Amino acid sequence: MAVQTYKTQPRVMPSTRSLRLRRILGRVLTYAVLIGGAALVLAPLLWTFSTALKTTPQTLSYPPEWTPRPVMWSNFAEAMTAVPFHIYYGNSLLIAVLRVTGQLVSSSLVAYGFARLRFPGRNFLFIVVLSTIMIPFQVLLIPRFVLFRELNWLDTLLPLIVPSFFGGAFTIFLLRQYMLTIPNELDDAARIDGCGPFGIFWRIILPLSAPALGAAAVFEFLDSWDEFLTPLIYLNSEKNYTVELGLNAFRTQYFTEWNLFMAASLVAMVIPVTVFFIAQKYFISGVALTGGGGVKG
Amino acid sequence: MVTPQAALAKRQGSRARRTEALAGYVFISPWLIGFLIFTLGPMIALFYYSFTKWDLIGTPQFVGLQNYIRLWNDPLFWQALKVTALYALGRVPLGIIFGVAIALLLNQKIRFIGFWRVIYYLPVVMPPVAISMIWLWIYNPEYGVLNWFLWQSFGIQGPAWLQDENWVLPALIVMAVWTMLGRNMIIYLSGLQSIARELYEAAAIDGAGAISKFFRITLPLMTPIIFFNLVMGLIDSFKIFTQAYIMTEGGPRNHSLFYVYYLYQQAFKRFNMGYASALAWVFFFIVVTLTLIVFRTSKRWVYYENDVQDNGGK
Repeated sequence: MAVQTYKTQPRVMPSTRSLRLRRILGRVLTYAVLIGGAALVLAPLLWTFSTALKTTPQTLSYPPEWTPRPVMWSNFAEAMTAVPFHIYYGNSLLIAVLRVTGQLVSSSLVAYGFARLRFPGRNFLFIVVLSTIMIPFQVLLIPRFVLFRELNWLDTLLPLIVPSFFGGAFTIFLLRQYMLTIPNELDDAARIDGCGPFGIFWRIILPLSAPALGAAAVFEFLDSWDEFLTPLIYLNSEKNYTVELGLNAFRTQYFTEWNLFMAASLVAMVIPVTVFFIAQKYFISGVALTGGGGVKG
Repeated sequence: MVTPQAALAKRQGSRARRTEALAGYVFISPWLIGFLIFTLGPMIALFYYSFTKWDLIGTPQFVGLQNYIRLWNDPLFWQALKVTALYALGRVPLGIIFGVAIALLLNQKIRFIGFWRVIYYLPVVMPPVAISMIWLWIYNPEYGVLNWFLWQSFGIQGPAWLQDENWVLPALIVMAVWTMLGRNMIIYLSGLQSIARELYEAAAIDGAGAISKFFRITLPLMTPIIFFNLVMGLIDSFKIFTQAYIMTEGGPRNHSLFYVYYLYQQAFKRFNMGYASALAWVFFFIVVTLTLIVFRTSKRWVYYENDVQDNGGK
């Protein structure tokens, strides 16, 4: 008996032990790669932050130093007042809030029409919606510019805001897909209670679509905030600049002051990053649901 | 023989259907109006402008196919196409490889998953102008942290990155991979999480190792998502503008003359509206072709679970 145990034990033990060893090694490797990757992702941001807190001579010192000495918190104030950033911030916020509002109101109505109501030509028109997702806005830059010039909207915020009140193809698609997952029995019950199409939309579909609306709102907000090419074309006067345009103007005026540059860039990020943290849940589920709305270019 | 009741029910039914149809048109009317004003109308106008010579002042002069002939003979047009295609070919595969790799790591039983997700996702939500400014500083040949790091760690004298014809595209590709990593990772992670555990358990019983599990289960089931990202990545690459405007201005010697940047220059710097409209049409054609080609060929190599592709598993 005892001899037998003695004999079998050495054969079994090392294999389980090596298995466990391999698993631990695998874990360690996984975390090592994750930490390494995260460091690579964060390094540029840390460097930005460190630069933003340096004096101008220290930004140009060689070898570069990671710790700012002295710590110049005043750089942020200086960057903000060197150009009227508060105006740019106000414009960007105004545009983003109105765009989100317009997009949610119009796209939810349209999405409901496509998801729930039957009318001749519905499938064809929905295919048209889907194909317009494919049209890059860069293609329509010139004729839209001409259109807005005819309307006397150049150098106002209108060209950036008004189109969102007519629904966006991507948002319509996102909301419609979500609305299709809401059971039809709920509509029937509401209909028996005397609800018309708008009543069903307002009381049943809209409240139940909250997660998709949340995702659409965050996408639209960030898209609006990140927009650079269209404001660049439509806006001329400094009082109409968005944050992205202001940042660009700042660059051309203070092109050697890297510390102020980096401070301004960080300030430009505060709102989108905050929105991301607050709405993370909607955002990540929305990206997973649709493959990501925000398109950068 | 139709009973009066049936006829009444039918009439009521058709009236209900008509009211529903009317309501339907009312609900989609915002999109319909917007589509006509902001998309279809401009498309038609663009088509017309592309056959004219126009500097925004006066009326467009019809010149027939002249803009398209000029385009064919314009070395800068071909340069813009080449630069943009090379950029896409570098950025898209790297984006897929790194995105899948990080997603695979995070798909294990990892602690603080939310924390990792947020860190990797952070660059995605940062505004492009700010990102461009940061990388401009990192790539700075004299004071930039990258060249210092290369010298310090490997004794390599780094190139002038954005001012170097050979390095400007790789530099912009690395920056794009950094920016987009989080978005790719989230999409792949959601794909990985939708793969049924039973498949892996069954494979384990059959004696499959980690590598054969990856190539026989994970990768085939991930192909629809990878394919989707491939299309989107190619199209996104063709839209790049901000980086060219802020960081390189198309230089050095047009080695980062991205297509949209060239279009912008022609339209809004030189006011060659007719020629720029022809450029825009070609751009549209490229994006549509790209989308259609990838969708057409997808059947050959994309495996859809149960052959049903709903809206991403939910």
